[in-house]
Amino acid sequence: MENVVLLAVDGSDGSDRALDHAVARAKQGGAKVMVAYVIEWSPYSFNTPEENATRHKRRETEIERANSEIVAPALKRIEEAGVACDGIVRHGHPAETLIAIAKECGAAQILIGRRGHSGLKSLLFGSVAGNLIQTAPVPVVVVP
Amino acid sequence: MSRILFFLFAALSIAAPAHAVIDESINNFTAPIASFIGSVVFFKIPVAGANLPLVVLWLVVGAVFFTFYMGFVNLRGFKHAIALVRGDYADPNSAGEVSHFQALATAVSGTVGIGNIGGVAVAVTVGGAGATFWLIVAGFLGMSTKFVECTLGVKYRNENPDGSVSGGPMYYLTKGFEERGMVGFGKFMGTFYAIGIFIGALGIGNMFQSNQAYVQLNTVAGGALDGYGWLVGLILAGVVFAVIIGGIKSIARVTEKVVPFMAVFYCVFAIIVILMNFSAIPAAIGNIFSGAFTGEGVTGGALGALIIGFQRAVFSNEAGIGSASIAHAAVRTDEPVTEGYVSLLEPFIDTIVICTITALVIGTSQVADPNFAGEATGVAMTSAAFERQISWFPVPLAFGALLFAFSTMISWSYYGLKGWTYLFGEDQSLQTVYKLIFCAFVALGCVVQLGPILDISDALVFLICVPNILGLYFLAPVVKREMQAYLAKLESGEIKRFKH
Repeated sequence: MENVVLLAVDGSDGSDRALDHAVARAKQGGAKVMVAYVIEWSPYSFNTPEENATRHKRRETEIERANSEIVAPALKRIEEAGVACDGIVRHGHPAETLIAIAKECGAAQILIGRRGHSGLKSLLFGSVAGNLIQTAPVPVVVVP
Repeated sequence: MSRILFFLFAALSIAAPAHAVIDESINNFTAPIASFIGSVVFFKIPVAGANLPLVVLWLVVGAVFFTFYMGFVNLRGFKHAIALVRGDYADPNSAGEVSHFQALATAVSGTVGIGNIGGVAVAVTVGGAGATFWLIVAGFLGMSTKFVECTLGVKYRNENPDGSVSGGPMYYLTKGFEERGMVGFGKFMGTFYAIGIFIGALGIGNMFQSNQAYVQLNTVAGGALDGYGWLVGLILAGVVFAVIIGGIKSIARVTEKVVPFMAVFYCVFAIIVILMNFSAIPAAIGNIFSGAFTGEGVTGGALGALIIGFQRAVFSNEAGIGSASIAHAAVRTDEPVTEGYVSLLEPFIDTIVICTITALVIGTSQVADPNFAGEATGVAMTSAAFERQISWFPVPLAFGALLFAFSTMISWSYYGLKGWTYLFGEDQSLQTVYKLIFCAFVALGCVVQLGPILDISDALVFLICVPNILGLYFLAPVVKREMQAYLAKLESGEIKRFKH
């Protein structure tokens, strides 16, 4: 089976550091890096009819932007380091979606950067890394 | 943008003192038109001492037909509808598109409104407790009509060049009849529908709502807002303006979030009130069943109760009017029939759950104290039934009614817009013209006497169920084929369940 590590990115400094770590790790183990960006979205939110009517177009724009601004630059850096990689952008609950992607691509490990939120902020908004640690089926590396 | 708002403000504040004169002239002008249209649309035939409006018969016969023709999809499709809304069949790769839940929630917030609180009280006052029984039956039958119209709404929608979608009866009438070689007739029906929904959106979807919101606020304020209708109207118009023209989504999001919360809050407190009247529950339920078949003390007896129940159910859940299929058409799915399944939950929530609960609140209060509401009827009667047990409840109830009215306005502004774009094209600046008209009517609704204007719009909304249901009869075989093909795919496992 192909050796894959999943790298969760969000364009932050923390995710840049996670990228460096993923490249180092992939080089050692001869692994491929799967770069994933999750656009936070819930199927259970409430919208106006007008938002619903234009949703399809908006979704495409969101995916394009995520690809060009976050995923593509990350892929470029990994390629330049000489490591095989691939990218994916998907909507959903961040931790749940990352876990689903990890299962799909058979990732042996999930790497994620630390946002470094204060206690209160992560209490209010939750923390993707924290959630992943609790629920992921594979080891999670949180890069500080 | 702010300049337009300023002009709107200026124009209305000048108009405010003069509104009495304007009011009168509008009334004098529209009253004869209203009574003519009203007498045609709500043409009544006397049956066994009761008056049966033909249009109600038209809707009910349709609902019964679709229930049988679709093999009781309202019962048999119920479980599958829940699974679809829960997202059990949602492909993770299409995450981010409009989900079934979102389409349903949007359509429900357009139908759940003042009717659920006040309409039921009217039904019980006029048709007796037995009307509740027929209201539930009508809600159940209406589920089949919704199934048909919402499936068609998705199947025949238009995808615009900018990636947005436009759907609804005007599109399925046009394209459906076109497929059968009746191009001219389809165009005529579509246009007729579009005009009707546009005018209806200004009336029951707009002025009636803003007017009721004002009345509610004024009641809670103890009459302190008498004569300030123009101010309330301007504020409401301003907020609607901010949402539909200013694109301030945060306001819409807040209401769209608060409305379901209010609906749950309403139901919870209604159940509490029913439980507080617990000794009256058996008698109240007994009255509903005995009244349904004997029609004690009601004009027209059991048939009178039946007519009132059916009429109120249609007013409340809009099954057969086709408006909801405009909202449901936005969902992204390869199988239009899935949205049909989801939509049948709408009359269930609106009529079978919320209306029945309201009816029980009133019914149990009546058993406990026949004169609990005095002379009050409509929303005031429901409010009195709550107040009997929970003295502070009228305040949050009025607030809830205000929010219901607001979210109904937002939904109907879109329904009217789709009628408008069907007639005049998808041009952005023309759409803004429509939206400005819509906002002006929000303000007007709080100022002018509603009588005749509302009658016209009411009549037109019911008139459009004539082309709509006619179209549904013609296109029902299409829906049936879609349904059978879909069920076969479910059976064979071609359509996968993603969540277990």
